[in-house]
Amino acid sequence: MLTLLFDGVAYGMLLFILAVGLCVTMGLMNFINLAHGAFAMLGGYVTVALMQRHGVPFLVCLPLAFLASALMGVLLERTLYRPMYKKPHLDQVLFSIGLAFMAVASADYLMGSQQQIMQLPDWLRGRTELFADTPFVLGMGHYRLFIIAVCAALTIGLQYVLSATRFGSRLRASVDDARAASGLGINVNVVFAATFAVGSGLAGLGGALGAEVLGLDPTFPLKFMVYFLIVVAVGGTTSITGPLLAALVLGIADVAGKYYIPKLGAFIVYALMIAILIWRPQGLFVRQGGKS
Amino acid sequence: MNAQTSLLRAARWQPLELVFWVLAFASPWLLAQHALIINEIAIVALFAVSLDLVLGYTGIVSLGHAAFWGFGAYSAALFAKHIHPDPLLGLAVGMAAATLLGAVCSLSIMRGSDLTRLMVTLGTALILLELANKFSDLTGGADGLQGVIMGPLLGQFEFDLMGQTSAWYSMAVLLVLFVLARRLVHAPLGATLKAIRDNRLRAMAIGIPVTARLAVVYTVAAGIAGAAGALMAQTTGFASLDVFAMDRSADVMLMLAIGGVGWLYGGIAGAVAFKLMYDVIANITPQYWTFWMGLFLVVLVLVGRERLIRPWTWFSAKARNEGTS
Repeated sequence: MLTLLFDGVAYGMLLFILAVGLCVTMGLMNFINLAHGAFAMLGGYVTVALMQRHGVPFLVCLPLAFLASALMGVLLERTLYRPMYKKPHLDQVLFSIGLAFMAVASADYLMGSQQQIMQLPDWLRGRTELFADTPFVLGMGHYRLFIIAVCAALTIGLQYVLSATRFGSRLRASVDDARAASGLGINVNVVFAATFAVGSGLAGLGGALGAEVLGLDPTFPLKFMVYFLIVVAVGGTTSITGPLLAALVLGIADVAGKYYIPKLGAFIVYALMIAILIWRPQGLFVRQGGKS
Repeated sequence: MNAQTSLLRAARWQPLELVFWVLAFASPWLLAQHALIINEIAIVALFAVSLDLVLGYTGIVSLGHAAFWGFGAYSAALFAKHIHPDPLLGLAVGMAAATLLGAVCSLSIMRGSDLTRLMVTLGTALILLELANKFSDLTGGADGLQGVIMGPLLGQFEFDLMGQTSAWYSMAVLLVLFVLARRLVHAPLGATLKAIRDNRLRAMAIGIPVTARLAVVYTVAAGIAGAAGALMAQTTGFASLDVFAMDRSADVMLMLAIGGVGWLYGGIAGAVAFKLMYDVIANITPQYWTFWMGLFLVVLVLVGRERLIRPWTWFSAKARNEGTS
């Protein structure tokens, strides 16, 4: 029971780190980016390749995965994404699906279509059980504990940057109204490029962390795209607490649903999402006052 | 020229259209060895026309149109297997089932932004996929629904292995539903749909019942998509889980993008181009054809969708500026 909750929280935190970049880019430029999962996959593959082929330690790989995805993000943002912002949503959807298709085929070509296996360091394997003799057994996989710790630290860091730094206030201003913000002398393009890079980097880090939990194969971007989009659609794009709560709910619901009613699979998650979106079309946690 | 005559003029049948349809109906006979692929093209063209009503004319970005296609396919296949093998009855059943589903689902696309609609439509298709997977004793689950045997069309034309009968059957259904859709978009109803697409708020302000119109067009489009799915299930004698897959919704959106949205022939042209392109690329690199498809999509959007079907704008600077702005 508690173990499920714990796993769900770990899963949710991971989803949040993967999807938070998508939330910000969507809020900032109203851009529907279906290729976000490709950056996560890139991070995952960078980690796997470095660890298996070059023997780089796991903890060194994580920042490298972040950097690789962030670099890729900046590159694509400057070259391909920029002309897309002003186009209609249909164009954006087609464009980003095309990118995702290309990423899937390239990963297949470069790394093979099989599932990649992560060799975790020894100190991350194993499990600790709390309250072992009571009905409330809490089994904590060390790796999941590690994920929760990293993701929680990142979340707090992000919240701090957003709410207490100059860059954060610029970013919030740009999300609320890009035109007024640029009128006040904020260089929205630079803010956006930086945000896009960090968002992609976080996705890459999430992909690296999640390679063991979520599984890593070339169809990753398409398989988890739906989950990222659910986080964004349900959580709203105006804050990062909304997506965080949405990701946690999604993670717990998914783990619990798959445990208790395995045959229905992801049915519960989708049904829940549709119900929430019919009830609150702009997402559950929307701050009033911003531009919808 | 007042508004009525200008609307009527756009609605008139052009000689080129008649030529196109005559050629289309002659094609299974002229290219008898390709009748199977002609059949397939006619079916996906019908599917694309249905999406065009929703996406091109009304501006609802849907990534889950396969829900209706799959529902029609499974309904028709189950009807043929368990109740009656007559194709036309099965087609009617498939259409009716998809129409009903469309009417229910139209409630979910009324509110929210493009992202919300995208997610809700996608979620509907995924839910149906999960359900079809779960009720495997009815649908055959992951193995697909096999053993669908169709009776002869109108009691006399057997479905042959060459696929000529199927091709003409699908083509006839395509023509009937296309005429219906054409009538619909040129009627005042169609004009109000375009008004909703262009500016929903203003459409509401001049007294167009927006939600009712959205419900009507979504339901009709669902019925047409259901017909396409039913045709597919009948002519191949098979229905499997991938009828609900997201790839299918993405494919049909791609077809529409190639042919041009907001133009009924766009769906047909896109279907022809997509199928031929798929055949060529899949022949060269069966494993990596998605890469080229993706590259094509990216380039298509970067260059501008509108210019693909208007080759005379490719080299003029003025049109280029219009295309990118």
